[in-house]
Amino acid sequence: MQWETVIGLEIHAQLSTQSKIFSASAIAFGAEPNTQASLIDLGMPGTLPVLNAEAVRMACKFGLAIDAEIAPSNIFARKNYFYPDLPKGYQTSQMDHPIVGKGFLDITLEDGTQKRIGITRAHLEEDAGKSLHEDFHGMSGIDLNRAGTPLLEIVSEPDIRSAKEAVAYVKAMHALVRYLGICDGNMAEGSLRCDCNVSVRPVGQAEFGTRAEIKNVNSFRFIEKAINHEVQRQIELIEDGGKVVQETRLYDPNKDQTRSMRSKEEANDYRYFPCPDLLPVVIEQSFLDEIRATLPELPVEKRARFEAEFGLSTYDAHVLAASRELADYFEAVNGVCGDAKLAANWVMGELSSLLNKDNLEIEQSPVSAEQLGGMILRIKDNTISGKIAKMVFEALAAGEGATADEVIEKKGLKQVTDSGAIETMLDEVLAANAEQVEQYRASDEAKRGKMFGFFVGQAMKASKGKANPGQVNELLKKKLEG
Amino acid sequence: MHQLTLAEIARGLADKQFSSEELTRNLLARIAQLDPQLNSFITVTEELALEQAKAADARRAAGENGALLGAPIGHKDLFCTQDVLTSCASKILAGFKAPYNATVVDKLASAGTVTLGKLNMDEFAMGSANESSHYGAVKNPWDLSRVPGGSSGGSAAAVAARLLPAATGTDTGGSIRQPAALTNLTGIKPTYGRVSRWGMIAYASSLDQGGPLARNAEDCALMLQAMAGFDAKDSTSVDQPVDDYLAALNQPLSGLRIGLPKEYFGTGLDARIGEKVMAVVEELKKLGATVKEISLPNMQHAIPAYYVIAPAEASSNLSRFDGVRFGYRCENPVNLEDLYKRSRGEGFGAEVKRRIMVGTYALSAGYYDAYYLKAQKIRRLIKNDFVAAFNDVDVILGPTTPNLAWKLGEKNNDPVAAYLEDIYTITANLAGIPGLSMPAGFVDGLPVGVQLLAPYFQEGRLLNVAHQYQQVTGWHTQAPAGF
Repeated sequence: MQWETVIGLEIHAQLSTQSKIFSASAIAFGAEPNTQASLIDLGMPGTLPVLNAEAVRMACKFGLAIDAEIAPSNIFARKNYFYPDLPKGYQTSQMDHPIVGKGFLDITLEDGTQKRIGITRAHLEEDAGKSLHEDFHGMSGIDLNRAGTPLLEIVSEPDIRSAKEAVAYVKAMHALVRYLGICDGNMAEGSLRCDCNVSVRPVGQAEFGTRAEIKNVNSFRFIEKAINHEVQRQIELIEDGGKVVQETRLYDPNKDQTRSMRSKEEANDYRYFPCPDLLPVVIEQSFLDEIRATLPELPVEKRARFEAEFGLSTYDAHVLAASRELADYFEAVNGVCGDAKLAANWVMGELSSLLNKDNLEIEQSPVSAEQLGGMILRIKDNTISGKIAKMVFEALAAGEGATADEVIEKKGLKQVTDSGAIETMLDEVLAANAEQVEQYRASDEAKRGKMFGFFVGQAMKASKGKANPGQVNELLKKKLEG
Repeated sequence: MHQLTLAEIARGLADKQFSSEELTRNLLARIAQLDPQLNSFITVTEELALEQAKAADARRAAGENGALLGAPIGHKDLFCTQDVLTSCASKILAGFKAPYNATVVDKLASAGTVTLGKLNMDEFAMGSANESSHYGAVKNPWDLSRVPGGSSGGSAAAVAARLLPAATGTDTGGSIRQPAALTNLTGIKPTYGRVSRWGMIAYASSLDQGGPLARNAEDCALMLQAMAGFDAKDSTSVDQPVDDYLAALNQPLSGLRIGLPKEYFGTGLDARIGEKVMAVVEELKKLGATVKEISLPNMQHAIPAYYVIAPAEASSNLSRFDGVRFGYRCENPVNLEDLYKRSRGEGFGAEVKRRIMVGTYALSAGYYDAYYLKAQKIRRLIKNDFVAAFNDVDVILGPTTPNLAWKLGEKNNDPVAAYLEDIYTITANLAGIPGLSMPAGFVDGLPVGVQLLAPYFQEGRLLNVAHQYQQVTGWHTQAPAGF
């Protein structure tokens, strides 16, 4: 039987506010346990929450970026359950009246086609603390530094049809929240986490199959692997005559499998009700207008502009617009050199592999956009060849010069374009390879073509790569045919 | 000295008839001597009181002259007081010394009040007899075999017995007004949002409101003036200037329109209380008020609505008492579930557990619409009834309670009978309007209270009516025999 996969994702994005969503505590990652927990975060009796306006602003920014409905008012609700790292015995979240309503995000699939993924809603909530089970001699430690950290939970429609699409969606969402400056997107630190709702159904069937939810998958690679594994598990289960049960599962990346965490029957009745300590949040149109005016150019718009303005391919535009920082870098290089195609090639080629090799972010690039742009200018004006440029680039990366010009000067890499000098050098090369010259002249056209490369190689070697390759070709041809 | 009201104390201190320290020592001795009969204090903060009294005397010597500077008071034991046991009269907060002060506590302290101690109450403010306290029942100074009302029963008993001139209380369904009525005091529940709830341990967040209990309206005005005001730490606090309550006291009542809701005078009301209430109406007419009958048609639904909303909120508010971070933890828990079950099972009393279970049920999947949402609809209807009524009248007047103070233990096995004692007070909490109870005389030697209700933020009007009435009557000056 042919199966179709249906996926809906819940992404928790930690908002990069200065302080927590309901208290003034800081939210820096990695602080000593419980040093960023105030009376409110500890759930002390008598304490009350006060909503962080910046979290509201960020959620609205997100809502506008996905063309979502933003209701004139939204309401916080309590989600009640007991857990030691949930200090109040409830999580303050949103249920019936989330801040962000229906919207969408367009993603680009591997074959370059666009797909629109519906977003059901996005709501604000507070994060819980952490339970620490090591080093406490049979007891558990509780760290409430994270308790009260603002989260935006973004719920997609079940519009996703494969693990690859899911990854494309999460990547697009990752880029979007970073573009908006509302989340640092650091998946390793848990700033962006993903729950995957996965089900399968026979192709052509209208109703959805029973879904399982895979909790807290926190890398692009694990999302793909976890979903693929879960899809396979469900198909095998059904084909063996079994039934998928609605449950929550955990993905174990070490074993590459998912395992059951709790079933629907064991699930909590969260007894949601409007939080009586917080008033409904009123969103004025003027507030939204003000935010809209500050929205940056978003990935989709940037890609379109890169294609139209610079004539880049869809693929190149997509790669370069993947993050705001990379796009900014590319535009800065282009601003210096005025050649978008060369700029794109260098950013996506040499620069990317350099960064990958050293595991660096674009902001940490050892070669600045000004340096790279300046170097490309020297390619364009024939001061250096593309091959020499790679040497210059490496020298810049190694800090061997402040500018390309300085490196070229210091290392004597300036291209030789004096035809007299090139001719002298060629005469020497041909004299040193007299036997091959004889053979060349005796050969037919087809064979000559192959042998010509040999002479070019020898000539470039003799010039240490500095001779202008065009001139070498031209003059060499003349002399051999001569 | 213990017979003095706050206003009289202010004059005495200003005229240097006595110092705050002398007064404080006098009352501390009186508490030590008399409170064993009443059990109105959970904690007597003798050291803190003497320290504050000396500081107040020093401030006065330096030229300060605040109305409450050096005035001794007590706090209901659900207001957080830094480094002092704050118990909510519950075992589950055994040993809990709050790490901070409630806004109300701070405001009164900066006005110069002297805290003599923390007052007994129904556990987590759940009750109307002050019998559910882990620290034992409080007795009514008017008859030691009877209840003082609740949940601010310790506050009421201590003030009525002249152990204190005034105390803070909280009112979720009548917990200031009903004990005030049963002990011959004046007590006011302000508009929801008028007094900060920061540091006031929550029972039902959308209904809870702090306020004073004192021996007359003037003292309530002095206390409320210091307690009220916007607090950025409480999102439900209202950012609106506080009226001058003392200035409001002396307005003449001529032209005051009083509404008598017919629903407040029907079956269930002790007829003798009804007579006392009508006597108050006659007195107010003499002062120039006019009277008309009005109707609050949805009042009959108030008790069921309240006993859904309040327990629902409580079931969530009380989840933080889990034995993990503070307060009582059971011995040797074998695992997490055992820790929760036994800490809470052993730490909470029967009435609290009853309300947590009722509230949990009301919020459960499948019941939420039928109970919680329906109760919220009723709440809106009740509010609308008041808004409509206040188009025609300035204040609404009726009995505070349907019955006189009952015998200790009398309603222990009948929670619903106890719940019905709140029938006249609960609507003000559901609507969020202010309400006041003041003495209206005695039946069989037991105090009767009359309740006044006013539109939002009209606390001044309530205090005004009560004060004018107290200028021409003497019920509020009566002290219980032996105190």
